[in-house]
Amino acid sequence: MYDDRLIIAGREFKSRLWVGTGKYKDFVETKKAIEVSGADVVTVAVRRVNITDRSKENLLDYIDPKKYTILPNTAGCYTVEDAVRYARLARAAGVSDLVKLEVLGDEKTLFPDTTGLIEAAKILLKEGFIVLPYTNDDPIVAKKLVDIGCPAVMPLAAPIGSGLGIRNPYNLKIIMETVKVPIIVDAGVGTASDAALAMEYGADAVLMNTAIAGAKDPIAMAEAMKYAVHAGRLAYKAGRIPRKLYATASSPIEGML
Amino acid sequence: MAEAVRIQVNGQQRDCRMGATIGDLLRELEIKTERVAVELNLEILDRNDFESRSLSQGDRVEILSFIGGGCVSGERMKKGTDRCMTTD
Repeated sequence: MYDDRLIIAGREFKSRLWVGTGKYKDFVETKKAIEVSGADVVTVAVRRVNITDRSKENLLDYIDPKKYTILPNTAGCYTVEDAVRYARLARAAGVSDLVKLEVLGDEKTLFPDTTGLIEAAKILLKEGFIVLPYTNDDPIVAKKLVDIGCPAVMPLAAPIGSGLGIRNPYNLKIIMETVKVPIIVDAGVGTASDAALAMEYGADAVLMNTAIAGAKDPIAMAEAMKYAVHAGRLAYKAGRIPRKLYATASSPIEGML
Repeated sequence: MAEAVRIQVNGQQRDCRMGATIGDLLRELEIKTERVAVELNLEILDRNDFESRSLSQGDRVEILSFIGGGCVSGERMKKGTDRCMTTD
């Protein structure tokens, strides 16, 4: 096997499958699914601590921050101010300077508000954050994000939680040709073939949550995704054959009667 | 109870002892200081200051931590809860 590590902002990642931790039945299922997926990056959200019921367990009692890279997100933020506030809170809560930056445009599509995203990214980059922006499948916006200093971009495959798969492979390909930083396809993956396809196109990693957590059997889907991402990556590195309209015989004609 | 001050913690009214610090409040609530972020009147506090920052009448304290999340929908966010572990 060749050396095939993913490096972002000087940090090395073993897995090209990154997973979210929302929507699971309980923490036991969350932990098991993550273990089976082989992911070493997990996203988390920042929210109020429940002060009336302290019996509630903490996610990080199950997901060991020494074993996994914890990637806090600014999920649910619709303004630059909110996203910046949540990113700062995540850093204050003390895992790292990493943030998956989301500035959402509307509740129905959860599409990124890309102008707000760029504005928030500028502020956070200046404060020393490692900003991984969740963005649209728009090559121009991706380039702008890289130009201001984002060490990776996370374009969506389809709306969050939609399971529609890659809706615009051509734009993703243009993004891959346009920017020279790692590209993590984030959101919209529905099943294993979607993840494999993203990797075959040349994505550096895939981040998903609902596709695993929402499957009938999340643990089995976590395993499927692990193999899909791995297979897709191998196929990309191997280089696929060109598509042709007509057949090409794979057995020699020579020696036939 | 000695003289008390009324504050708001995560949106809920609460009385605490005059001169109590953020550190005292966290202990009273049985919240481990590791991996929490505390905002006092919209100012994010350095955890090294938890023991020295005392609470005053009308203070608004937010205590936050990490919960399960991939991409949490806006609707859940607005409820201001940490119930994101429920299945859809």
